[in-house]
Amino acid sequence: MANNAASFRRQHRIGRAVIYGSLFFMAAFYLMPLWVMITTSVKHLDEIYAGSFIGLPQQITFDAWRTAWSEACNGTACKGLKPYFINSLLLTIPAVIMSTGIGAINGYVITKWRFPGSNVIFGLLLFGCFLPFQAVILPMAQTLGILGLAGSLPGLVLVHTVYGIAFTTLFFRNYFVSIPDELVRAAKIDGAGFIRIFVSIMLPAALPIIVVSCIWQFTQIWNDYLFGASFTAGENAPITVALNNIVNVSMGRKEYNVDMAAAMIAALPTLFVYVVAGRYFVRGLTAGAVKG
Amino acid sequence: MSRSTPLSNRIENWLPRLVLAPSLLVVLVAVYLFICWTGWISLSSSMIVPKYDFVGLNQYVRLWSTPRWHTAVFNLFVFSTLFLALTTGLGLLMAILLDQKIRVEGTLRAIFLYPMALSFIVTGTAWKWILNPALGVQKVVNDLGWTSFVFDWIAQPTFAIYCVVIAAVWQSTGFAMAIFLAGLRGIDNSVIKAAQIEGASLPRIYRTIVVPMLRPAFLSVIVLLSYIAIKSFDLILALTNTGPGSATEMPSTFMYSATFRRDQMGVGAASAMMMLMTVAAIIVPYLYSELKESRDGQ
Repeated sequence: MANNAASFRRQHRIGRAVIYGSLFFMAAFYLMPLWVMITTSVKHLDEIYAGSFIGLPQQITFDAWRTAWSEACNGTACKGLKPYFINSLLLTIPAVIMSTGIGAINGYVITKWRFPGSNVIFGLLLFGCFLPFQAVILPMAQTLGILGLAGSLPGLVLVHTVYGIAFTTLFFRNYFVSIPDELVRAAKIDGAGFIRIFVSIMLPAALPIIVVSCIWQFTQIWNDYLFGASFTAGENAPITVALNNIVNVSMGRKEYNVDMAAAMIAALPTLFVYVVAGRYFVRGLTAGAVKG
Repeated sequence: MSRSTPLSNRIENWLPRLVLAPSLLVVLVAVYLFICWTGWISLSSSMIVPKYDFVGLNQYVRLWSTPRWHTAVFNLFVFSTLFLALTTGLGLLMAILLDQKIRVEGTLRAIFLYPMALSFIVTGTAWKWILNPALGVQKVVNDLGWTSFVFDWIAQPTFAIYCVVIAAVWQSTGFAMAIFLAGLRGIDNSVIKAAQIEGASLPRIYRTIVVPMLRPAFLSVIVLLSYIAIKSFDLILALTNTGPGSATEMPSTFMYSATFRRDQMGVGAASAMMMLMTVAAIIVPYLYSELKESRDGQ
């Protein structure tokens, strides 16, 4: 009996060791590209060509970061990533605010003011989450041209807002479903109207999902490449397009440290948002994706 | 007074619909009308600029007689099969391991998830460098003493697509893990306890009881990953730029280059319609069942 218990404990210990071992091994694999990007970006170019991609830098230098930020060439100009970083901020912030606001009010109507056909409308909206954008790119380019917004940042803001509505509506709809209808009914009896209920009951309760929606939209829009490449040109390009151009400039010796610094610069805002509010990110991804 | 109340009541009644109307209109135009518009272009003779004549299914015939498109479809098949299998398998494994009352769970979860925050352009840039035989993994292993080690898939037309798989799996596993973990947390612990008391081993409990209970999570993961696979565009541009040659061409990159680089707008639109139909075949039944269930549940 005692023997049995001891062997059970040993088995348990081995089991735990295997679990932790595999988890740490996987963690190392998932961290490797980040490690490589950071270390490469602070190495001298000579060291990169002489050494391997994985070692620690012998001497840390931020020259590559400076070059990536203000000097790197992307085929048309040599201004670094800075102007495109600003473009991305200028387009992401309004698009996030607008799509989140519209999603909030849509979710409110769909869950608390159901009318005949509102479920069908929700279904129609929902397909927008899964739309392959290739199927709408050509008409969108034409339409932007007609509206006089071709190649401009406001045009891109419009595009991101429009195609963000499906996801933000889904988020708010799934969240507002869990807010008891009785609350809204009681407020109606007390004489509160459509707008009043939204502003003083729904919005204050919606804070967590507002955060989720903002994070999701920020990541999606900041990381977008297809729309940026299709609907902007030259100086109006977002950072992902500029990054891809910088990396693919093939003149002289390839400056891997600048490429990696540029990739880090493009990744920093979303990484920052993710580190600061990552818990909400996970909740947002799983909200509605799994039925609890 | 007696007249204004019904009026304001009527406004109250119509206000929700009025508020929803612009979104509905925008989506009807930007999604459904635009899809029809693309469909129309795919039936026209458009080359550099859209033309609105009618040439029947000519563009589809041209599309399906383009070898590059065959490569793209074949690659999509290889890529999505491997990507789905690996991401789902690894994500499930991670979720199960993390569910064993791990002390540093929060940190590990964050490490597995951070790639999701990065754009595919960043991911592609990083992996291009790691997979580069002259400087990346191959060189490290060579320098360690194994001089005959070769890992140059990214330069081999037959294997380059597997490099895309590696980077995409790395990027998306955390996402699958998060959904599986949420599913696992939703399972009643007493079921597992009861099976344990009856002497079933942990792997057996997972195989026969827990994993079958994750059916809804599996469905969500597979639907969303298939969608990512069909859309994958930026990763390929950044990692291989559809090369070597056109070895890593995919429908998404094919559409883009046909339309914007090779002045074959009609063929591009036809390829976009093929992509749309593939997505619709997966998504529409899924959405239908989801919406139906939620209605039944209420």
